[in-house]
Amino acid sequence: MFASIRSEVAVQGSREIENTRSKAGLKLQSRNLSFYYGKFKALHEIDLKIQANKITAFIGPSGCGKSTFLRTLNRMNETIRHTRFDGEVLLDDDNILNLELTALRRRVGMVFQRSNPFPKSIFDNVAYGPRLNGIRGKSALEEVVEKCLVRSALWDEVKDKLHKTAYDLSGGQQQRLCIARALAVEPEVLLLDEPCSALDPIATAKIEELLFQIKDFCTIVMVTHNMQQAARIAEYTGFFLMGKLIEFDTTKTIFEKPSIQATEDYITGRFG
Amino acid sequence: MLTVTGVCTVLAVSVLFFILGYLFIQGGRSLNWDFLTKLPAPVGGTGGGMANAIVGSGQVLLLATMIGVPIGFLAGVYLAEYEGVLFSSLVRFVTDLLNGVPSIVIGIFAYTLIVLRVKHFSAIAGGVALGIMMIPIAVRSTEEFLRAVPVSLREGALALGSSRWKMVVTVVIPAALRGILSGMMLNLARVAGETAPLLFTSLNNQFWSTGLSQPTATLPVMIYAYAISPYPDWHRQAWAAGFLLLMLVLSVNVTARYVISSGFSHKARV
Repeated sequence: MFASIRSEVAVQGSREIENTRSKAGLKLQSRNLSFYYGKFKALHEIDLKIQANKITAFIGPSGCGKSTFLRTLNRMNETIRHTRFDGEVLLDDDNILNLELTALRRRVGMVFQRSNPFPKSIFDNVAYGPRLNGIRGKSALEEVVEKCLVRSALWDEVKDKLHKTAYDLSGGQQQRLCIARALAVEPEVLLLDEPCSALDPIATAKIEELLFQIKDFCTIVMVTHNMQQAARIAEYTGFFLMGKLIEFDTTKTIFEKPSIQATEDYITGRFG
Repeated sequence: MLTVTGVCTVLAVSVLFFILGYLFIQGGRSLNWDFLTKLPAPVGGTGGGMANAIVGSGQVLLLATMIGVPIGFLAGVYLAEYEGVLFSSLVRFVTDLLNGVPSIVIGIFAYTLIVLRVKHFSAIAGGVALGIMMIPIAVRSTEEFLRAVPVSLREGALALGSSRWKMVVTVVIPAALRGILSGMMLNLARVAGETAPLLFTSLNNQFWSTGLSQPTATLPVMIYAYAISPYPDWHRQAWAAGFLLLMLVLSVNVTARYVISSGFSHKARV
């Protein structure tokens, strides 16, 4: 019973956001999205609108479905057997199910919780995506690699060892390398699934800073366990609980005057 | 309890050292330059060597590799990456059965398939027999090493817009390559000493084989033939051949271990 009220409020919240923004600012939206692992319903009728060139964060306790939701947006969940979703996700005006899978993932990139550089050189890691897209020329690749490493604030640290293995980098550097690798495909949207959860505060600060830089040309959607992180960098925040989007609004509203008790309880640390 | 297990451990290890030591003493002193470079001496004569068998073993093993490795590797890729549940468990079951088939039966199979058709023994038939023997281990070791590649690497490639097969070719196989390679080397070392399948297929030859479609001498069959002969000089040469074969297998083993423990994919902890 509460569930239906909650999601209704959430819908209203996102409607308000839409009204205050121009239609052109809408990048990605889910409509009535439900997700199933086998018979288990992990997401319940999620309606959500994500604004272009903003940082949107999802918070909520473990197992609340925020990562599942994120992985639905680039259809990453399709790698898991016996999963399906109802409802629809629109990227601009295209239903993501109508897009070619590889094309969708080039437009909607992803960075994972644990850095996952390929067992290749730093250069080859970043050049992986461009090579997939058919860029072969040495100078063209060098240009892309440099640009993306600069954007991910890693260039100065690695410019002298581009052809060394990526595994020699520290955890924070590896994660920034993964961001550079994702940026090299020039995605319109970048999804980040708890990108800083394995990193120390200094490495985390570097990543937050670079996310601020790259949102000029890329819409950012991130899942975070860390509420302060959401408060620091996100313009919009959504609160998930038990597979439902409880509340979605500007970060300021969510953190200062949430309209739903559960959100307030979570933010003030009463559970989760 | 500790004593019992300790004694058994020493026993297990000492068997190997006993064999090694005995082969070294018996074979090592018979191994000389003539053995490596000369043809076998005529029956009853002394001296001569096994140059033809050394080359013949190389030919048969090369053929076996050309058959067993590509088939086993590609089937392993299929099992690891494109499985349909029922079909692949069937394939896995069948390869395990094939692995359990006695080598002499595989020899008879190659004999029926090739030797009876073309009406003579040949290196090709021997290569096919050993190649078939390589397939099951090649399939399973390829599959194991590919499966050991972390899901996070696969997801990383897919998230960049890689298609399934491009992900396999550009990320998964390179990450597993050293493991697969060492698996193949151990596999080759394992069949290098097989005798039974070669008795019906490549048979033996006292001279240089004139081609892959001719009967061909190999080290294991040579050891067999010389060891059951009544001539002490041939017994001596059988020991030398055994020693040589063991050295080859050991060096392949050591190389395989080196390959797997060094380089990129090891640092990758895949």
